Amino acid sequence: MLAVERFHHAYTPEQLVAANISFDVKAGEIVSIVGPSGCGKTTLLKSLAGLIKPTGGTIRFQGKVVQGVPDGLAIVFQEYGRSLLPWTTVNGNIELPLRYQSITPDECRRRVAESLQAVDLSGFGERYPWQLSGGMQQRVAIARALAYQPKLLLMDEPFASVDAQTRADLEDLVAAVRDQFEITIVLVTHDIDESVYLSDRVIVLSRPPSTVLAQVDIDISRPRDQIKTRAMQQFVEKRSEIAQMIRRPSGSETHP
Amino acid sequence: MSDLSGAADPRAGFGQARSFAGPYLLSLAATAFRVVLGIFIFFLILELVTRLELVPPIYLPRASTVVRRMVELLQDPKFLSHVVATLYAWGVGLVLATLISVPIGILIGTSELAYKMTSPLIEFMRPIPSVALIPLGILLWGQGFSMKIILVAYAATWPILFNTLYGVHDIDPIAVQTARCFGLKQAAIVRRISLPSAVPFIFTGIRISAAIALIVVIGAELLASADSGIGSYILFVSSNGGQMDSVLAGAAIAGIIGALINSALGLIDRRLFGWRYLGATLS
Amino acid sequence: MSTEGIGIDRRYARAFSAIQSFAVRYGLGIALVIVWEYAARKAGSIFFPPPSEILHRAATLWLSGPPQRLFLSDSVFQDVIPSLLRLMGGWALAVLIGVPLGILIGRSRNLSDLVNPALQFLRAIPGPALIPIFIILLGTESTMRVTLIAFGSVWPILLNTIEGTRTVDPVQLDTVQAFRIPRHAQLWRIVLPAALPKIFAGMRVSLALAVILMVVSELVASTNGIGYRIQNAQIMFLLTDMWCGIVLLALIGYTLNWLFLKFEGRLLGWHRGARGRAATS
Repeated sequence: MLAVERFHHAYTPEQLVAANISFDVKAGEIVSIVGPSGCGKTTLLKSLAGLIKPTGGTIRFQGKVVQGVPDGLAIVFQEYGRSLLPWTTVNGNIELPLRYQSITPDECRRRVAESLQAVDLSGFGERYPWQLSGGMQQRVAIARALAYQPKLLLMDEPFASVDAQTRADLEDLVAAVRDQFEITIVLVTHDIDESVYLSDRVIVLSRPPSTVLAQVDIDISRPRDQIKTRAMQQFVEKRSEIAQMIRRPSGSETHP
Repeated sequence: MSDLSGAADPRAGFGQARSFAGPYLLSLAATAFRVVLGIFIFFLILELVTRLELVPPIYLPRASTVVRRMVELLQDPKFLSHVVATLYAWGVGLVLATLISVPIGILIGTSELAYKMTSPLIEFMRPIPSVALIPLGILLWGQGFSMKIILVAYAATWPILFNTLYGVHDIDPIAVQTARCFGLKQAAIVRRISLPSAVPFIFTGIRISAAIALIVVIGAELLASADSGIGSYILFVSSNGGQMDSVLAGAAIAGIIGALINSALGLIDRRLFGWRYLGATLS
Repeated sequence: MSTEGIGIDRRYARAFSAIQSFAVRYGLGIALVIVWEYAARKAGSIFFPPPSEILHRAATLWLSGPPQRLFLSDSVFQDVIPSLLRLMGGWALAVLIGVPLGILIGRSRNLSDLVNPALQFLRAIPGPALIPIFIILLGTESTMRVTLIAFGSVWPILLNTIEGTRTVDPVQLDTVQAFRIPRHAQLWRIVLPAALPKIFAGMRVSLALAVILMVVSELVASTNGIGYRIQNAQIMFLLTDMWCGIVLLALIGYTLNWLFLKFEGRLLGWHRGARGRAATS
């Protein structure tokens, strides 16, 4: 589905944020990318989406090199308040991208209703985003991405601006969405627990200039539960493994 | 109530909310270069258009002719005395307006009752175009400086008063509540919280008033055939025909003066109250 | 205590608070008018006629016409209506030119930077200074006045539109790009609505400026209009007539501003809501 080869990005010639990042994502996986602050996680994600052109390396989506935003992917940003359009309703927000796809109005309406149901916001179509709570707004952003029916869903620290309880609900929502819609999800997060809880695999980045420190397979059985899974021995081990990698001072070694 | 956040400030030039990235000097040089380039291209376009002579040159002389006349005027002591006269009336009127409106505005703004009673009145007085009072002013006070100063002061009072009121009254309630929790009395709250947070708004009011004041003073000079001032100069040269270059030069100099005043006030605003705009960029 | 008693108390309470809020809102204004009336009668200065006289003269001037025309007299059709038409015409022209041009310029950071100095200069030219130029170039008919009003009041709209277009939230732009929304739709559905609050702020300032320009343009070399009437009253020393004109302008300015705010409120309801939320969250 996604192949990243020797991704390398510098903001300015002196500021090399990512030195050499390579990884693959298979169809249907949930992959998290974690790393210390400033290691270029967001830049990487935006490059995957085609919003930024990396200074080096190749990104292939469904076999084709990414140049500009490719068809078939959707992105959910951390700042839901700024990503949703305040001048139109929830329904309006969700159907906006659909207007420029070649689908019939009926199909459009169906998708909007279906995606609202998937995020458990069925009655809220006619509300305005600012009338909803933070967690609900992020769910609308997720619904908007789902209605678009992407093959790949990118999420940039989607639950960082949301309170802990809502975060738990949204994490479970993401897992359910992957099962229901069979999409691939790449999630950038600074929350190690979240990454272990949600993903099939966690990609750990080093400090800038960043490289891939490790790719940790999480083979904890599904469906996962917020309380039970997080108490499991396996969970704790994986979590510590990743945390140590990130905190380790020698994590700043660069590999040319 | 109208919105008076910095965003709605029509006197602001754009780019003010830009974050201060990069070395300061480098961006200063880059900005200066862009300004000069912009002015140069503007002049070029005007020159080309006026050379086309779509309108006979007696009516619309070449841009270069006008610029030459502008330079001449700026070296002519008679004209410079006109400029001084205009700026004098403008400045005195503005200062008077500030001295009157700011204390009154603070007093009213800190009292909830006074605020509720006076704001409808101010809302009504504000949209009155002060230029409509020029004829009355001429009848009452003649054609001299006093007339100009009084009219300018009147016109400039309203934006400053309104902004002062808004700045003092509509401050962040959290700041006030925090202060109360720390045991501050009303007077101390006014001095330490209301006033400092109102100052940027007061300054915005002054910026708005400065522009209006210039319009009023030149308008008064023009209409009253005053004996001094840029407005009276423009009137004089336009009534003795064939001096379009002077008419345009006079108006252009007035424009430059206005632009310089606006820019200077904008610079001071950013210097003193830059923190307001920084917040705006980050959100 | 009977429920009837409580009902009456509540009605009294509501009536009382209604009277109270009316008194607070309009009390000062009414008091000032009364003071003016009394002082004017006592002092007898011709320069400040009592409000009752002004009102009476206003009625004679404007409301002494036949019932078929809503009692409006000729003066309304000769002066007031043409003035208003010029005002709205000039302002509408300013909007029609300023908004599209502003969006065009605002889309390009380089262009807007380049154009800024020229705009700051043009916008700073005081309206009255332009009158002789416009008279010489365009005569003294309505065309000249409408053009003057348009030329003078386009700048706040233009500058604010440019600013609004430039400061569209990058997250919103990233979002629509990520969803592969075509560029023309981006402009129409994201840039324009996002810039609308600032555009409206510019339009409001423009309107006030247009009123000023209308008055000023009519105080010089004109043959009709509200400003002309005021000027005429000055020459003929008809102070009450002059005050009628001033009061009329106050009403026009206030009403236009009020109408505009209502219109803005309808279109930008979402903006108030969103901002209100941001302030409390």
